[in-house]
Amino acid sequence: MSSSVPLLTTTAGRRPGSTTLRARLERIANAAVTPLVPADYLDLFNPLRAGAELRGKVVAVTPETADAATIVIRPGRDWAGHVPGQYVRVGIDVDGVRQWRAYSLTHGPRPDGNISITVKAVPDGVVSHHLVHRVRVGTLVHLEQATGEFVLAPEVTDGPGTAKLLFVTAGSGVTPVVGMLRNLFPVTDAGVVRPARSAHLDITVVHVAPSRPDSIFIRDLEALDAAGAIHLVARYDDVHGLLDVDTLGDLVPDLGERATYACGPGGLLDALEAHHAARDLVLYTEQFRPATLVVGEGGEVTFAGGASVETDGATTLLDAGESAGVLMPSGCRMGVCFGCVVPLKEGSVRDLRNGALTTAVPGETGPEGIRIQTCITAAAGPCHLDV
Amino acid sequence: MTVVTKKDQNPVAHLTPEDIEQLGVELDAIRQEVLDTRGERDAAYIRKVIDAQRKLELGSRAVLLASAFPPAFVVGTIGLSIAKIVENMEIGHNVMHGQWDWMRDPKIHSTTWEWDNASTAEGWKHSHNEVHHTYTNIVGKDNDLGYGIMRVDEDQRWVPMYLAQPLWNFINACFFEYGIAAYDLELGKNLKTPKDRRPESFKKAARATLGKIRKQMTKDYVVHPLLSLPTGSFLPTLAANFTANLVRNVWSHSVIMCGHFPEGVETYEKAAIPERETRGEWYLRQMLGSANISGSKAMHFMTGNLSHQIEHHLFPDLPSNRYAEVAPKVQALFEKYDLNYHSASLPAQVYSAWHRVVRLSLPNGWMETTTKENLPSQLKMLWAMTTGDRKVRRVAQLRLEQQARRLRAQKKADVARVA
Repeated sequence: MSSSVPLLTTTAGRRPGSTTLRARLERIANAAVTPLVPADYLDLFNPLRAGAELRGKVVAVTPETADAATIVIRPGRDWAGHVPGQYVRVGIDVDGVRQWRAYSLTHGPRPDGNISITVKAVPDGVVSHHLVHRVRVGTLVHLEQATGEFVLAPEVTDGPGTAKLLFVTAGSGVTPVVGMLRNLFPVTDAGVVRPARSAHLDITVVHVAPSRPDSIFIRDLEALDAAGAIHLVARYDDVHGLLDVDTLGDLVPDLGERATYACGPGGLLDALEAHHAARDLVLYTEQFRPATLVVGEGGEVTFAGGASVETDGATTLLDAGESAGVLMPSGCRMGVCFGCVVPLKEGSVRDLRNGALTTAVPGETGPEGIRIQTCITAAAGPCHLDV
Repeated sequence: MTVVTKKDQNPVAHLTPEDIEQLGVELDAIRQEVLDTRGERDAAYIRKVIDAQRKLELGSRAVLLASAFPPAFVVGTIGLSIAKIVENMEIGHNVMHGQWDWMRDPKIHSTTWEWDNASTAEGWKHSHNEVHHTYTNIVGKDNDLGYGIMRVDEDQRWVPMYLAQPLWNFINACFFEYGIAAYDLELGKNLKTPKDRRPESFKKAARATLGKIRKQMTKDYVVHPLLSLPTGSFLPTLAANFTANLVRNVWSHSVIMCGHFPEGVETYEKAAIPERETRGEWYLRQMLGSANISGSKAMHFMTGNLSHQIEHHLFPDLPSNRYAEVAPKVQALFEKYDLNYHSASLPAQVYSAWHRVVRLSLPNGWMETTTKENLPSQLKMLWAMTTGDRKVRRVAQLRLEQQARRLRAQKKADVARVA
């Protein structure tokens, strides 16, 4: 036993000789640039390199409608790829402030390695307006790896046998579906291609929108319909009136044979869920609007350790946390020293000096939350602090 | 300098409590104007500065790889000195103040930033942001007043040790980063405490600081000289790093001395600060407790905009690139409320601060009462005060103060007669 141990270590030690050399070089590089890290310097020259934090560069911005645009992004070398229907979280600086939002990827994996998102400028949407109207080619954005369960199962895409699908999309909920369809039926200069791998698919798309000009990707859907790749049922509120989900069976006669993929606002999805549950039909959904936040005066403040406290709109979060027995970092207690800064993970807080609101939405704002000064902010509705 | 409350003429006596609160409201409005227009332009500024600083440092260090070649030594040393100054002053100091936290960029944030300095970001943020910026110029609470080793106020009792303070100040300037590190650790106070009774927090902070100093030294005095070894530039690169650190230390020490030490900057008595100081009162203390340096754009930049010390102390969390545009509005408020906006050129402020260090190294009134004629007798008295016991000092001190008072009264009378 005792003799085999050194033997093992020697043989094991020789092989990764290159990695120990590499580790040694890394140590020297680290020692040469402390307190920074080598990446801080490498990022100056190549922010998209392998090993860098995941970023992307905007390479094209194409208007889709008056208030929607497709943004093509060249992702960094470490982009791990995606499956059609998935979404990506994008961090972009708007007016100098880093904002994070999730967007569906509107292409399948592309030969040029780029990815694209299609954004509709929503009223009061800080980020969507910036992306549609102001973002310039060359802008650097921050990315996370693609994620999302709203994808076609392999047994559907790979066959064998005919797969009958129904997509129900509303508003910008069309984007992940377009991502899936483009992957199944690539659109080329010569028109829609119907590859053999997709021949077994029988797809109906029910597309709901306020009007035709308001529909992103409507031309794509119509082209796919004209080429026979899909059967499109477009429902415009201004022509057909608001869609009543109970009439879905009239729009899609063979509804019972189809698996439904639905993406849109919560109201529509809730109605569909009730409708499908009553008829025992298969439904996959993706909700496309964040839950609205309650903004008010005061509220329940919860902490990472599980403590919670009910506060009014005049009590600082620092006082609230301390009264709840949480070990809050603190300093000058007057907004000067930034010694009390902790991440706000969810909810809204108000700066007591000037009334400014700061809001964190899980899945929207940065992964680490928004760091706030607890000594001069109070809860403006329920909120959660990571401390 | 004497604490405001003990002065013959209190510089704020003409202000009513309502005036002071109104002043606070007007300063809040100036702050809000900047917040309302803070955005892309400011973010682009700090990113550009960081980008340029890193390229300058990288370039300078690359040039120093061949520092055996004299022009490379000169160019590399100048570049590295500038890079280190910008990194500490315009970037590090201001980022750690939270001036750029609003960008929500985790890489340019007060909670994550670490600087090229012997003191740790953590320690410095406590002693500087929290203690110094909150209790600015309150004798006994703001340790920046003399850093606990110097006499910078008439109200500090004179002891013979202070005779050497010009020398201390000079040594502190040369090794300022270590002085700051020691001061962040409250080293003087903690070393006096028996080893087993030192707080756990001190031990932890001391370990972190020693670790940081080791890393800083390894970088500047081992790794980079070794990288220069192939061109035979080990020693020149080592010397270049030492010089750059020295230049950075002396420069930052000078700028910081100008912020609060020049003659005419007010200090405060702990007992005179109300238990719950209002925002207006706090603002007022910052206004009178700081001094600006006037000069070119380049000078402002190299001081990390601490040349706008008054504006920085009023609004420590506003982006440094905005102090210049805020300054005229602040100055107008000083005039409106009849307060002294203390501003002078860099040489004038450095001289003034050093003058104070030298003057206060001597007993109160000594410099004032000394003339060419009485120099021998004055020196004799100083010698007696230095070697004598406390009683001797007290008696001599009383006499000095009496003489100084008489001198002042006479001067006043002369002026009145001329008028």
